[in-house]
Amino acid sequence: MSIALEERLAATLARLILDPSAPPARHIAVGAASPIPAAACWLVRLMGHPVRLSLLHKRSGNPFTEGTRELFDLTGQGRIDLFFLGGGQIDGQANLNLVGTGDWPGMGVRFPGSFGSAFMYFMTPRTILFREEHSPRVLVEKVDNISAPGVSPPGVFRRGTAQALVTGKCVFRFHPDRARFSLESLHPSETVDSVRAATGFDFDVEADIPATPDPTEAELALLRGRVCDEMAETYPEFCKRVWGRTRAA
Amino acid sequence: MMLPSVDALAAMVPDGALVAMPPDNSLPSVAIAKALIRKGARNLRLLGVPVSGFATDILIGAGCVAEVETSAVSLGEAGFAPRFSAALKEGRIKVRDATCPAIHTMLQASEKGVPFMPLRGIIGSDILANRPDWKVVPNPFAENGSDPIVLLPAKQPDFALFHAAMADSEGNVWLGRRRECATIAHASKAALVTVERVVEGNFLEDERLASGAISATYVTATAIAERGARPAALLDEYGFDQAYVSDYARAAKTEEGFRAWLDREVFAGAQKVAAE
Repeated sequence: MSIALEERLAATLARLILDPSAPPARHIAVGAASPIPAAACWLVRLMGHPVRLSLLHKRSGNPFTEGTRELFDLTGQGRIDLFFLGGGQIDGQANLNLVGTGDWPGMGVRFPGSFGSAFMYFMTPRTILFREEHSPRVLVEKVDNISAPGVSPPGVFRRGTAQALVTGKCVFRFHPDRARFSLESLHPSETVDSVRAATGFDFDVEADIPATPDPTEAELALLRGRVCDEMAETYPEFCKRVWGRTRAA
Repeated sequence: MMLPSVDALAAMVPDGALVAMPPDNSLPSVAIAKALIRKGARNLRLLGVPVSGFATDILIGAGCVAEVETSAVSLGEAGFAPRFSAALKEGRIKVRDATCPAIHTMLQASEKGVPFMPLRGIIGSDILANRPDWKVVPNPFAENGSDPIVLLPAKQPDFALFHAAMADSEGNVWLGRRRECATIAHASKAALVTVERVVEGNFLEDERLASGAISATYVTATAIAERGARPAALLDEYGFDQAYVSDYARAAKTEEGFRAWLDREVFAGAQKVAAE
């Protein structure tokens, strides 16, 4: 069985979660439309790392007993270490647009809306940005509308921002000090030029760019086995599509 | 107050009311939304707590809504909310975008009866730039520097609408851990709740049920609506009906398709019940 892109992305996200240069990830929250980040979190956990996972849309055994505001209260206190965000548009300063294109409030193409991004991006020590579609319409020079800014002026309370941006073509590292991305690794068959052609923002290329590593045999075995078991209730369509598995009886 | 039908509950909601509803993962009363459509409600102002889903999209499509305040409108795996998107583009609704914790916080201010509450984050986003009702002030307790922080006004909906598993003889309702519905009920002038069933007794006398109950203090009226959250899930009682929502999402891509869906799923159903 060849390595599915979803598996490669999950393993890549797992490595970023475990990045020793980033603040520790003891408690990670994962939202509804995030099966690949959820798979990455389960992979980290099932590899034996002690991490608490709060899956916001888990129906049985949902982690919160005070309603959905409990996630934001925990995050406000600094008790959620890592969150994942995406965007209909993401720009070169890591600004996120989840509202829509054109004039406010998305009179071009309306996206669903900002969800909690305008809070979570500030209050979580680190955010991993994830968007599988890597195209000039998603990765833009400047977002049309800012749901959540990538950096804030001095004096504005902020615990963290983007650590990295993972797409279907590559991994970018974010540098908040200069508000720019640099290319960190390339997925198979991609080149610096092919990524440049598909990216609407300018980014730094600091040296020879390595390939994004393949998932290991052990990671693949976990993803296809126990990770899928854990995810089947919340993400049935995903588990069926990627691993051909319907929910265990 | 126990009412005989969900349509009697919907009759209590006047046109123009500010109506707060939870989204698809936290016990919306889709039964009330359908009843509001049947009664021809108009100019409702919907508040998504903290986001909006299926019930909001069908109310907008049916022309019941003037304004939506929410942090997102989505049909989950079925994608963007088609009638919401169409109405926004055609200028038929006013949309006030928020961010999830801001909606919780504005309701919590109402719960406490205070005029505003502060919230971190948000500064530098276009959400704030488009919310003249939200203010940024220097934190009066800051020890160093100015520390700007956002103040959000208390928001008191006219009605909280949601679904619960059961009501008891005293008018308390029970919905387990979905406590955001309690926040909505506490903050609103009135709460109208559909339930699967009514049981004898008093949840507040039962230590195991009390923490998942909302006191009758906050509950204005209830009515039985079996499967009243459907296609949304109800706790451990029934799951999310993905096929129903996906079918809706396909149908509602066009105004014509939506009208046919409405006739079949909202109006024809009522006629069938009346004929039985």
